[in-house]
Amino acid sequence: MSQQEIEVILSRHLAEHLAMPIFIVDPQGNMLYYNEPAEEILGMRYQDTGSMPASEWSTAFQPSEQDGTPIRPEELPLMLAMMKRHPAHRRFWIRGLDDAQRQIELTAFPLIGQADRFVGAMAIFWEIPE
Amino acid sequence: MKATLWGTRGSLASPGPDTVRYGGNTSCVSIHGEEGSLLILDAGTGMRCLGQDLPKDLLRVDILLTQLHMDHIQGLPFFAPLRRTGVEVHLYGPASTMLSLRSRLMRYLSPPLFPVSIRELPGKLHFHELPSGTVQIGEFSVKAQLIIHPNPTVGYRVETEHASLTYIPDHEPALGSFSFPRSKEWTSGFDLAAGSDVLIHDSQYTAEEYKDRVGFGHSSLEQALGFARLAEVKQLITFHHDPGHSDDMIDRMMAETIGELRPGYQVTPGMEGLEIVVED
Ligand SMILES: [Zn+2]
Repeated sequence: MSQQEIEVILSRHLAEHLAMPIFIVDPQGNMLYYNEPAEEILGMRYQDTGSMPASEWSTAFQPSEQDGTPIRPEELPLMLAMMKRHPAHRRFWIRGLDDAQRQIELTAFPLIGQADRFVGAMAIFWEIPE
Repeated sequence: MKATLWGTRGSLASPGPDTVRYGGNTSCVSIHGEEGSLLILDAGTGMRCLGQDLPKDLLRVDILLTQLHMDHIQGLPFFAPLRRTGVEVHLYGPASTMLSLRSRLMRYLSPPLFPVSIRELPGKLHFHELPSGTVQIGEFSVKAQLIIHPNPTVGYRVETEHASLTYIPDHEPALGSFSFPRSKEWTSGFDLAAGSDVLIHDSQYTAEEYKDRVGFGHSSLEQALGFARLAEVKQLITFHHDPGHSDDMIDRMMAETIGELRPGYQVTPGMEGLEIVVED
């Protein structure tokens, strides 16, 4: 496998040092990395899953509205940040791979490097206590 | 191809009796191809001597800047071919968000920092912003890639049909890593250096010094050796020596670190004046 873009490497380093949940995707939306605080909310471990195709993670957590209405992958903030290349924010529910239902709030933004290179997107999210 | 080191010092020119062997001039390397192509990597103070050594009838010069920190551009206005009419000079350097390469260079090449401005140089200047994939310059295929160092900075991989040389004079691939080196996929500079015949790489600090200089954008000699091993290069040339390190101290660093890590590839101390024939 070839090397990740420098901005993505630096984002991962930052995520590894931060105590808030972070999720990083490549320009195609494939999940490249999520940090330890994110593991708790997503109910899975990066060591176990490694990277994950967009089609897999965007449905794996069964994102839904408060009333249970499913949210389509293209409406998720991370997908919006990736496709439209602007920041996006939303509060919604997910079901972790540990089967726990959690309400989260998520802000996603595109990673645009020097020379206008679009290198992926990053999401910061946190659980809303019930 | 043949590479010559005209300046190997990092950060600040450091002439004096203690730096005679490794040299006091800052980053500048020339590469001569078998078919006569010439490339210059960085324009540190070593560039002045290189300019005097080049033929007077030179018509074209290609200069690849890794960044615009002073130790990599200070020799530019003292480079003789730039002061001759009719010489075509191509300058390559990293793109930045707000200012063009020319405007950023102008900050140094204009009063009050320098008496002569770019406009007044008789040489014909052409600016090329990178990274923009692979560029063909004469017989050389040149690839630039952003690497970890404060402010936009690139490393270069120069290839001919028979040989490859990677030049990353200022590089902190260990920044933010809990352990180094980590996997190839997550290491800055890996794609550039992978399998190179020769790697010229930042080795500014001792392991002890690095602890107090995290984020400065440089590597310890130990990290340079680790990076070279990960990239599976055939030869590492140490480079960008700390201005505070004497020849004897660099000798000691080399002996101790190589003795401890026992690299499975050749490690050559980067000394000013060193000529390296790069071949497959
Ligand atoms: Zn430097």
